[in-house]
Amino acid sequence: MLNILRYSFFDLMRSRWSYFYFVFYLALGFALLFLNNSLPKAIITLMNLIVVLTPLIGTVFGVMYFYNSREFTELLLAQPIKRSTIFMGQYLGIAGSLSLSLVLGLGIPFLAYGVMLSGEITNFIFLLIDGALLTFIFVALAFILSLYNENRIKGFGYAILIWLFFAVIYDGLFLIFLLVFENYPLDKFSLAATMLNPIDLSRILVLLKLDISALLGYTGAVFQQFFGTAMGLFLSTFMLVLWCVLPVGIILRVCKKKDF
Amino acid sequence: MISFQNIHKQYGRVKVLNGVDLGLSGGGVHTILGPNGSGKTTLIKILLGMVIPQKGEVVIDSKIVNGKWEYRNDIDYLPQIARFPDNLSVSELIKMIIHLRKKSNRSEELIRLFKLEPFLDQKLGNLSGGTRQKVNLVLAFMFDSRIIILDEPTTGLDPVAVVHLKELIRKERLKGKIILVTTHIMSFVEEMADQIIFLLEGKIYFKGTNEELRAKNNSKNLEHAIATLLEVNHA
Amino acid sequence: MNFFKSCCTILLFILYPILGTSQPITVCSTCPLQSIEAAVSKAEAGATILVKAGTYQEHDIAITKPITIIGQDTPTIDGEEKGSIFRVNADSVMISGFRLKNVGFSHTTNYAAVHVFESSDFTISKNIMENVFFGILIERSKHGEINGNMISGESDAEFYSGNGIHGWNSSHLMIFNNKITALRDGIYLEFVDDSEIAENESWGNVRYGLHFMFSNRDNYYNNEFRENGSGVAVMFSKFINMRGNRFYKNWGTASFGLLLKEIYDAEIEENDFYQNTVGIKVDGSTRISYKRNNIRENGWAVKIAGGCYTNIFTQNNFSYNSFDLSYNSKMNDNKFYENYWSSYTGYDLDKDGIGDLPFRPVKLFSYVVNRTPETVILLRSFFVDILNFSESVSPVFTPDNLADSKPLMKPYQ
Repeated sequence: MLNILRYSFFDLMRSRWSYFYFVFYLALGFALLFLNNSLPKAIITLMNLIVVLTPLIGTVFGVMYFYNSREFTELLLAQPIKRSTIFMGQYLGIAGSLSLSLVLGLGIPFLAYGVMLSGEITNFIFLLIDGALLTFIFVALAFILSLYNENRIKGFGYAILIWLFFAVIYDGLFLIFLLVFENYPLDKFSLAATMLNPIDLSRILVLLKLDISALLGYTGAVFQQFFGTAMGLFLSTFMLVLWCVLPVGIILRVCKKKDF
Repeated sequence: MISFQNIHKQYGRVKVLNGVDLGLSGGGVHTILGPNGSGKTTLIKILLGMVIPQKGEVVIDSKIVNGKWEYRNDIDYLPQIARFPDNLSVSELIKMIIHLRKKSNRSEELIRLFKLEPFLDQKLGNLSGGTRQKVNLVLAFMFDSRIIILDEPTTGLDPVAVVHLKELIRKERLKGKIILVTTHIMSFVEEMADQIIFLLEGKIYFKGTNEELRAKNNSKNLEHAIATLLEVNHA
Repeated sequence: MNFFKSCCTILLFILYPILGTSQPITVCSTCPLQSIEAAVSKAEAGATILVKAGTYQEHDIAITKPITIIGQDTPTIDGEEKGSIFRVNADSVMISGFRLKNVGFSHTTNYAAVHVFESSDFTISKNIMENVFFGILIERSKHGEINGNMISGESDAEFYSGNGIHGWNSSHLMIFNNKITALRDGIYLEFVDDSEIAENESWGNVRYGLHFMFSNRDNYYNNEFRENGSGVAVMFSKFINMRGNRFYKNWGTASFGLLLKEIYDAEIEENDFYQNTVGIKVDGSTRISYKRNNIRENGWAVKIAGGCYTNIFTQNNFSYNSFDLSYNSKMNDNKFYENYWSSYTGYDLDKDGIGDLPFRPVKLFSYVVNRTPETVILLRSFFVDILNFSESVSPVFTPDNLADSKPLMKPYQ
């Protein structure tokens, strides 16, 4: 698997798309620091951006890479290599290289700005981990979509749709639901609904960092327990990791049955 | 010894293979013939594990190989269409495959044979169809495996390369290997085949030598024999 | 030398009437006087009683004449939960240097470590009060100094705990440098006028760090209120000056750093509000000036409700609050100008340090959260950003004229 991972990884590292992605984050990092002129402010803006951007880039790149590397995949399939090894290698290759672009692209400007010496370093590292986890989740979702769809236009469409769904539509429906049923106790429901969307989950992790004062203003005992103790952080992280593992499991299952 | 046992495969509602039973014993060139869409490539891909049949088993040396992968160590494969990652160079691709299989190889000899030296540093995306097919041949013949599968090997090759290819196949046959070939070129079959397998509508309609096929259909040459076979079965 | 001698003579002459005619009365376990109560009854007006180290089981020590009682090496008076410890009903009394513990608890009587009533010019300083019902209880008294005491209760619920320093119907109190924790209200002042409260630390109290009711013309400054049920509540009072205080981490349902309810003519300046659920909660208050406060990382920086007039917010720094402003009232003549808002995204082309576009601190989503609190879980989501953005482009729900017309580009220093 390491071989496949290495080939995919270097294949991607050489492609102009990972440069594009890297340069994009580099530019974003410098722009935010320059415009805000304040480390905490830049990190807060970035936290808001990351939860939306990394899933978008993860899905789009995931689908694109899967379709573009179809020849490579077929070549590998005829070799004495396990199927799961091939797909895991490719998956880790792309998710890894995207995460690396993210970490380097943002890391360089913030290091240059002196994030290491500021009190924001934990927040910054946390932000990078959050972004990397989202990348792994959404690349996996993209792989599942591409495995199910031979037609690349369709696959691409579904990828955009799944991003749009998790990033915007889900929260819209969520909000409408909360407003319509506002007379009922909703705290358990809202926590459960949050757990089912990886973008909401990582947003909750951000909220736990930035908005704990506001979150504790809410009366519900379930909220209080969730946000007021380490449980919130623990549960959200656990669910996020689960969100990583489950799609990978599905990839492994689906790839065994697919014809090439 | 390779055997297919009751292989069924359908894509959606289209049945491609409908209970194929086929045994290939001993060395020699086994050619699979059949009209377009008769399931030749599907059968080969099932042998390679690239296509998963709905029913049936592939057995090599009395071991069921469906879902396994180690057995592919004994197989060299030439795919029908030479498709490679575009941004790799020829030498990188060859190195990569060698690295993955970790077997002794004779890539240099084959590169010389097909005169590929000038293309080694070019990106695969920039090569012509014929050159790609030559690269494809290098990859298929560079390991000394017991089973060789060639899917339409002559596609896009110039006559000189075809001569080299035939020579290569003859040499491998002498080593007692099982060589499985699909092709449309009748002259190739007449010249090379030890055994002919005729596949039609997902079933094996004939299996035997060239002579047996002609005798059965009272034809003076192979093309006639095949045509007769088709007419009879479509009547 | 001669000069020194004559100086001493003069000094003695001056001090003579102040120090009293007699030596201090000493109390200790091996002295002739072994109880403070006995010493008090023996002392004449103006006497000083010196209590040596040790533990004295006494309660309801009544002081009805002007005397000074000083603990040497922090003697302990254990009230054994039977009632108050000192009951002061005389002018010019001083109590200092004691450890007062185990005050009685009652549903009908307010027992305190030191209970002062109908007295003036008293001093209560440098005492440690532990496991008290009330710490220092002052009724109908004036001109008192309460300084450097450490007062703690053991309360975790409102109904069976009293207040650390409780003033009622009094005036001219100076409450300095006290540390108060684990009580109901750290400091509670009802009908207390013309008083100063400074440099105190009040934390971990069940209700408020400091609580004003019907009190006028009071100053409180440089105090710290942290992790109380809520920080400071100022209710039904006039002319309260609040300056340089720190309101930290008052977290919880309906918790706030500072609550203003029905108050008039107050000044709130240079305070630091940090990580409270609500920084400042204003309910029907008029002529209040908010200047140069740091309001940072709160859930809501400011919540305004009820009829408010002539509130002026200027030169404040609103930094990284989840919501800057919740406004549930008419705009009236309240004003916001020249504040710094970290969520301001405008620009300053003429480089005068003031943003060229006005800032609207009320977001649509804060209305949504006020209506359905559970929706707070959608804070910072992309959808909510879109919602807020579209509202800011064409305001429908938020008052159009509620804006800081001159937002600062950089925090006010």
